[in-house]
Amino acid sequence: MSSARTSLGRTVAAHAVLIAYTVIALFPVFVILINSLKTRKAIFGDPLALPLGKSFDLVGYQTVMKQGDFVLYFQNSMTVTVASLFFVLLFGAMAAFALSEYRFRGNTLMGLYLALGIMIPIRLGTVAILEMMVASGLVNTLTALILVYTAQGLPLSVFILSEFMKSVSNDLKNAGRIDGLSEYAIFFRLVLPLVRPAMATVAVFTMIPIWNDLWFPLILASAEQTKTVTLGAQVFIGQFQNDWNALLAALSLAIVPVLVLYLIFSRQLIRGITVGAVK
Amino acid sequence: MGALELKAVGKSFGKTEVIRGVDLTVEDGEFCVFVGPSGCGKSTLLRIIAGLEDASAGDILLDGQRINDVAPAKRELAMVFQSYALYPHLTVRDNMGLALKQAGVAKAEIAAATDKAADMLALGPLMDRRPAELSGGQRQRVAIGRAIVRRPKLFLFDEPLSNLDAALRVATRIEIARLHRELAATMIYVTHDQVEAMTLADKIVVLRAGRVEQVGAPMQLYNDPDNVFVAGFIGSPQMNFLKAAALGEQGETLGIRPEHLEVSRKAGRFAAQISHVEKLGGETLVYARSETHGLLTTRLFGEHDFAVDETVHLTPLAERGFRFDAEGQRMR
Ligand SMILES: Nc1ncnc2c1ncn2[C@@H]1O[C@H](COP(=O)(O)OP(=O)(O)O)[C@@H](O)[C@H]1O
Ligand SMILES: [Mg+2]
Repeated sequence: MSSARTSLGRTVAAHAVLIAYTVIALFPVFVILINSLKTRKAIFGDPLALPLGKSFDLVGYQTVMKQGDFVLYFQNSMTVTVASLFFVLLFGAMAAFALSEYRFRGNTLMGLYLALGIMIPIRLGTVAILEMMVASGLVNTLTALILVYTAQGLPLSVFILSEFMKSVSNDLKNAGRIDGLSEYAIFFRLVLPLVRPAMATVAVFTMIPIWNDLWFPLILASAEQTKTVTLGAQVFIGQFQNDWNALLAALSLAIVPVLVLYLIFSRQLIRGITVGAVK
Repeated sequence: MGALELKAVGKSFGKTEVIRGVDLTVEDGEFCVFVGPSGCGKSTLLRIIAGLEDASAGDILLDGQRINDVAPAKRELAMVFQSYALYPHLTVRDNMGLALKQAGVAKAEIAAATDKAADMLALGPLMDRRPAELSGGQRQRVAIGRAIVRRPKLFLFDEPLSNLDAALRVATRIEIARLHRELAATMIYVTHDQVEAMTLADKIVVLRAGRVEQVGAPMQLYNDPDNVFVAGFIGSPQMNFLKAAALGEQGETLGIRPEHLEVSRKAGRFAAQISHVEKLGGETLVYARSETHGLLTTRLFGEHDFAVDETVHLTPLAERGFRFDAEGQRMR
């Protein structure tokens, strides 16, 4: 950077602000991580102390590994999150393409209707959803969760992606049509790569609530073989006593997969922004 | 091979009528230019011909076949866009070959066709680059190459030069004229720039608000415009429009080209005050304001010294003028 536009004072100030923000944002995660590695006494004795010497204890992780089938819970969470994400992105992008590309009667109304879900929480329909799942025999299956989460994620996905797709050059799509690409090829090969940053954004915003959700797994899929991590971790919360070591260990472990997914998407985000598009 | 005919073609977006009953014939091998101000419907008409937009009314015929319901890819035409519209993820070679690949042409044949087009446009060294690695002028040449590779019956150009700088614009214009001679193909070219229209066209179609104002060869439009709009649009600097009554002429308006308006310090038909002078070396443009006629332009050959605010006398060469009635139609 040129020295004409920066001064030491300003650089220091900017970094101080950024570091302060990072510390504040990461502090809860940090507390969970250090306490998951401590003895129960140490957790309550001095929650902010580092797990050093006597206070260091892996009992939480040992409990998690012994109790219940946490590997299966992780698999369930992963399956549900990835499958829901896939459908949210695929169907969201398809609907967005139709809304942004084709002129048909009721186009705007349809767009509004599809975006309405952003404002209305899907949990309001829990009873009806449960009745539907019972009627179709999907209770205690991962399919039930995937269906619900797909429905939950679609409104935001359609809304964001259709705005982005409107900005994709019409000439490019028309060039494809003249060169004999089908509408599907135009969608998958020309438009999707150009809206990849938007897809990554949608993916991140969709993924986190799904991974963290407790409500629907509890109601729709609470059987042992369909438990997700967040639901599985609830066994450590008792009516009279919580197993804090195990709970914190489970939460720490639960951070890892989302972190990996996030890193993948954020790389897409950056790559999409830096690759020159049409011009 | 490549004669286009439009019969009463119309297009509405909802309630707004954008193209109103266009009748037009483009002969095989002709270079036809659609010209008109921005928003007059040139691109829309071109997209209707390409099949990217459905006509609301009328027929489009290519070589006598009605093609209203034929898909764009099956119309045997190629289009060059103002924004180049190259596929960002493909190399220049693949950009140029995509249409043939989609049509199921053999690989060797595609390679031969792309290489030949690359030779014509001197694109050889760029073939393995991606569009992001090319300059604007190179991108436009690739876009033109992509059109050539298909050997279409009809080339469609939508303002292909407007994103290029002035020098490149002239060079590419010459290139397009050369391609037209070499390929002997029918070309339809859209521009809002009347200089491009005059220099390239066999036939100019002047459009205004979705209607054809006049069709003809460049010099025909220049020397024999049908109405005030065409007279004002074709020719640069613009034609002067004088109040006919004040000059004792018949009709409403007298159109005089800048070269047919004489300037004198001593005597003339009416007085005017010079507001601006542009010396271009070979010619001098003098802008003068008259009480009755408003701002007028005159063009003198060679160098002339006039001062701003100087009062001069102007004399229109009435026998070189065009007379228009109150509706703006030419009186012959
Ligand atoms: N898809 C569309 N929907 C509604 N109006 C349109 C659409 N495309 C073009 N128009 C209108 O049609 C008119 C002609 O547009 P266009 O053909 O692009 O003009 P030009 O190319 O001559 O500048 C403009 O007024 C424009 O607003
Ligand atoms: Mg246009």
